[in-house]
Amino acid sequence: MDLYQELILEHSKRPQHAGLREPFEAEVHHVNPTCGDEVTMRIHVTGEGSEAIVEDISYDALGCSISMASTSILAEESIGRPLTEVLTTYEAMKAMLTSKGEDPGDEEVIGDGVALSGVAQYPARVKCALLGWMAFTDALHQSGRQAALTQLEEGTS
Amino acid sequence: MTAEPFTTEEVARIRADFPILARTVRAGAPLVYLDSGATSHKPVQVLDAERDFYERLNSAPHRGAHALSEEATAAYEGARERIAAFIGAQAQDVVFTKNATEALNLAAYAFSNSPHPGIPGSERFTLGAGDEVLVTEMEHHANLVPWQELCRRTGATLRWIPVTDEGRLDLATLDELVTERTKVVAVVHASNVLGTLNPIETIVERAHEVGALVVLDACQSVPHLAIDVADLGVDLLAFSGHKMFGPSGIGVLWGRRELLEAMPPFLTGGSMIETVRMEGSTYAPPPQRFEAGVPMTAQAIGLAAAVDYINELDIKRIHAHELALVDRLLAGLATRPWVTVVGPTDLESRGGTVAFVVDGVHAHDVGQVLDNAGVAVRVGHHCAWPLHRRFKVAATTRASFAAYNTVDEVDALLEALDRVPQIFGVAS
Repeated sequence: MDLYQELILEHSKRPQHAGLREPFEAEVHHVNPTCGDEVTMRIHVTGEGSEAIVEDISYDALGCSISMASTSILAEESIGRPLTEVLTTYEAMKAMLTSKGEDPGDEEVIGDGVALSGVAQYPARVKCALLGWMAFTDALHQSGRQAALTQLEEGTS
Repeated sequence: MTAEPFTTEEVARIRADFPILARTVRAGAPLVYLDSGATSHKPVQVLDAERDFYERLNSAPHRGAHALSEEATAAYEGARERIAAFIGAQAQDVVFTKNATEALNLAAYAFSNSPHPGIPGSERFTLGAGDEVLVTEMEHHANLVPWQELCRRTGATLRWIPVTDEGRLDLATLDELVTERTKVVAVVHASNVLGTLNPIETIVERAHEVGALVVLDACQSVPHLAIDVADLGVDLLAFSGHKMFGPSGIGVLWGRRELLEAMPPFLTGGSMIETVRMEGSTYAPPPQRFEAGVPMTAQAIGLAAAVDYINELDIKRIHAHELALVDRLLAGLATRPWVTVVGPTDLESRGGTVAFVVDGVHAHDVGQVLDNAGVAVRVGHHCAWPLHRRFKVAATTRASFAAYNTVDEVDALLEALDRVPQIFGVAS
């Protein structure tokens, strides 16, 4: 099946950067109420404005291979990178996942995230693939980094 | 005489009544629909009945004196009679609702802190601090959340009957759980996850000893088992139309007459009234008291056609047929050590649903692999999250059967299931 690429199975079996760590500025808990998938996520971001760096994303997740892999890829692709770049990745991921298959995803921007491109064919699974990202953006809100998200919305609208 | 499952030829004839079963899904796979517990398909007889109503009778029943309205009223009330007879009830004790969820909410919202001044006998439906509502750990959210909310509104306490590891109600402590404080016992007849058929007579007997009302969620039993409300002895019973070959948008609440008469209304407005003045209103007798607004006439007529269809097939044979499929599925799963069935693994007191987990693989992923082979099952917590917590699983895969399912479809499920350990690299 196209959906279950080797990379997804790898990430879901061995989630990268899993476990909850300190320090962190925000901890959030997100669930997918239709299937019961859950993720607890902590983020540690330093610096301000365009200087902001995602130092750590740590998490404890329970869910299907798609949600586990997506969260693992989120951590892998984001840790150590500037927040603005991570948010660009988020936008590209979201665009790919909600494109119904029209946007195959750009590996330059979303890295291993392209392995999730097959999810776009299955509308019921898009939520699974976005669960970790929803937790991440919520954690940004909780830690007072609304500005970065607002800029993102303005940039894409 | 024990009823026999349908023969291959009979199932083929039944399937011909359901046009959707002929379609393919995904990359051309024939549809193997094992999700009738979520919603069943509709035979042409039901579709035709609905269409016939719109083509010949369409109008608002119980309103106006023109010819169409009279004929629509007769069709609507005739449907009520056939549906009532199907569960051994009188037409006037059958209330049409939007769905079973609304029927259960109607029952829960009848209760409040004080009696309704305009409805004699409504003190039966008062509840307050010190009173208790008893549910079970295997309830669908529709027969749990309304009672949680009722307790919150009135100050009553919610308690529940636990579930054993085998997926049956643990009735060892029933006498301690049902006490003089218990005012309502709300319980599911056939679990929508485990398939367990609960011993309703035992629960009714104990509940009635202390004067508690028994509300039965019969969504997964009325479509599959011969039900007689008098035999069951419950006080209120809810089921939905769309799980029994009927249309969506219609459910039923049956109640013992003296109870319905003493029940305050839930949804209020047009056609449920007796008199209306600016200062206040009085209400129509049941069932009209509980049917505010222009009713779902076509759906009632469609549901009556579904009842006729089931009567023609013989519900005892439907049950025997579904149990034969459950038996084959359980036997197939038993030979796959990487599968764990959640619920009873024998046919004793069982309905037509089977839930299971593939060790090490999330149910969503199992469902996706099955779907790829055209096999439609339900995955998730099936609106019974506390039950899944009880079994320490996030989600299960559930197959549920109807009269139109075949032995070959059970085998198709098992065959597709064998791909799961291959794809996810877990031991098989």
